[in-house]
Amino acid sequence: MAQKRFNVLPGFGLTMGFTLFYLSAVVLIPFAALVIRTLELSWADFWRLATADRALAAYRLTFGASLIAAAANAVFGTLLAWVLVRYEFPGRRLIDAMVDFPFALPTAVAGLTLANLFAANGWLGRWLVPLGIKGAFTPLGVVIALTFVGLPFVVRTLQPVLQNLEREVEEAAATLGAGRLRTFTTIIAPSLLPAVLTGLALAFARAIGEYGSIVFISGNLPFKTEIAPYLIVIRLDEYDTTGAIALAMVLLACSFLLLGAINLLEQWASRFHASS
Amino acid sequence: MVHQASQRGTEESPLAKWTLITIALAFCFVFLLLPLANVFAQALTQGWRYYCKSLLEPDSLASIRLTLVVAAISVPLNVLFGLAAAWAIAKFQFRGKAFLITLIDLPFSVSPVVAGLMLVVLFGLQGFFGKWLDAHDIKIIFAVPGIVLATVFITFPFVARELIPVMQATGTEQEQAALTLGANGWQTFWHVTLPSVKWGLIYGIILCNARAMGEFGAVSVVSRHIAGHTETMPLRVQALYEGTTASSAAAAFALASLLATLALFTLGIKTFLEWKQERAERLIVGRVDG
Repeated sequence: MAQKRFNVLPGFGLTMGFTLFYLSAVVLIPFAALVIRTLELSWADFWRLATADRALAAYRLTFGASLIAAAANAVFGTLLAWVLVRYEFPGRRLIDAMVDFPFALPTAVAGLTLANLFAANGWLGRWLVPLGIKGAFTPLGVVIALTFVGLPFVVRTLQPVLQNLEREVEEAAATLGAGRLRTFTTIIAPSLLPAVLTGLALAFARAIGEYGSIVFISGNLPFKTEIAPYLIVIRLDEYDTTGAIALAMVLLACSFLLLGAINLLEQWASRFHASS
Repeated sequence: MVHQASQRGTEESPLAKWTLITIALAFCFVFLLLPLANVFAQALTQGWRYYCKSLLEPDSLASIRLTLVVAAISVPLNVLFGLAAAWAIAKFQFRGKAFLITLIDLPFSVSPVVAGLMLVVLFGLQGFFGKWLDAHDIKIIFAVPGIVLATVFITFPFVARELIPVMQATGTEQEQAALTLGANGWQTFWHVTLPSVKWGLIYGIILCNARAMGEFGAVSVVSRHIAGHTETMPLRVQALYEGTTASSAAAAFALASLLATLALFTLGIKTFLEWKQERAERLIVGRVDG
């Protein structure tokens, strides 16, 4: 009521009403349906379904591969963001635009082309497979697909932070006699850390739910290269909706924990920059 | 000149600099350029004629048609929602705003497969509305409506999320001026608000559209993968890829090359819009400085 005095714009009731209606119809009701079905399960049943051996193997691969891929993205993403912000070289603008390519490319196409690249007769597999590096139909393939999918996160989180970094601080360090490497590890790296961790967490969160790119490259062998989202699809194909729901709740719980962690990281990052 | 000299102490040696650039470029080459080039190279392994023939094959044509239909329904719905949500959130103050924004972002943190599962739980035969839908002979799961619903869910936040900050940044003064001058609410929206958020809206639409046409996981769960009926382009790519012949793989890549072209087109517009915005910001900063 109070805002009425300050705001003469019309349409709050209409747009807010439509927003809440559409949000409920598209997101909240399906969400609630899943939660209600989960609550109908007894705790013992839920535990049995969610921690079956095949499910545990799938979690291990999903979380392990996601973590490795997110870590790889943290390293290469930081490097890429640094190079894009700090250096001028031919093709810089093109590479900068291409960083979002994994966001824009449908995941099925990503999986298809990566599986082909790393297959024994593919452009990369031709050289890598004789060396014993098998990218297609192995856990390594899962890591490769997830690295591709998560590539933009660290770069895009870090770029604005790097752009706003004050060069004066580095100049001061140089004036005081610090070498470039020492300046980097003691001055620059600590102020980049929150953003790198945020990007890593975003890439990890995206990776644990990823499905499209992996079904093409992993081969989906139970206990070996089967990820948790794929196991949900298998359960649904067997008309075992309950089994699918139990697995889905585990994934959802992890997503929400990560979402909370990302929010905390972002708060940390913004406080870091407000105080510096 | 003074600026130039002061930078010297804060720059890496040329050797370190070019080593870093080389590693970064090698990474981009393997993870960005090769996968992209490979799509087109593999699509053309059987020649141009086969490329065109495989795209004109009835089931592939049907998948292209279905993808266009699904996007044509789900994108406008999410645009309408995005405009309404952005207006309510950006132009008014109310309690629980941050919570509402979190709810709008929710589909981003749900695995596409889990999103599909939610729809199965709701509309599947054993689901909440399953019996009722079956009795009235309405098919949602394993049919086109399910595919549309899954796509709407997955692409739900895109437009709203782009529009909210843009509308917040423009404030409410212009709208209030228009209202004071006698415009009604709709006129204000059409002639004042919409033009001022035009580029943000286009940005949101192209991202929403790219995701709508490319969605795989959620759609895969609610489709029965019936060629010619419930296969969208990404699902058709998978079906062709699982076919065993070499020419089937080329057909999968041919269809995939259309999706890759869409991705490049999306990136192109996105880059153009970002460049335009950067330039506009620089002009504003320049004006303030001057």
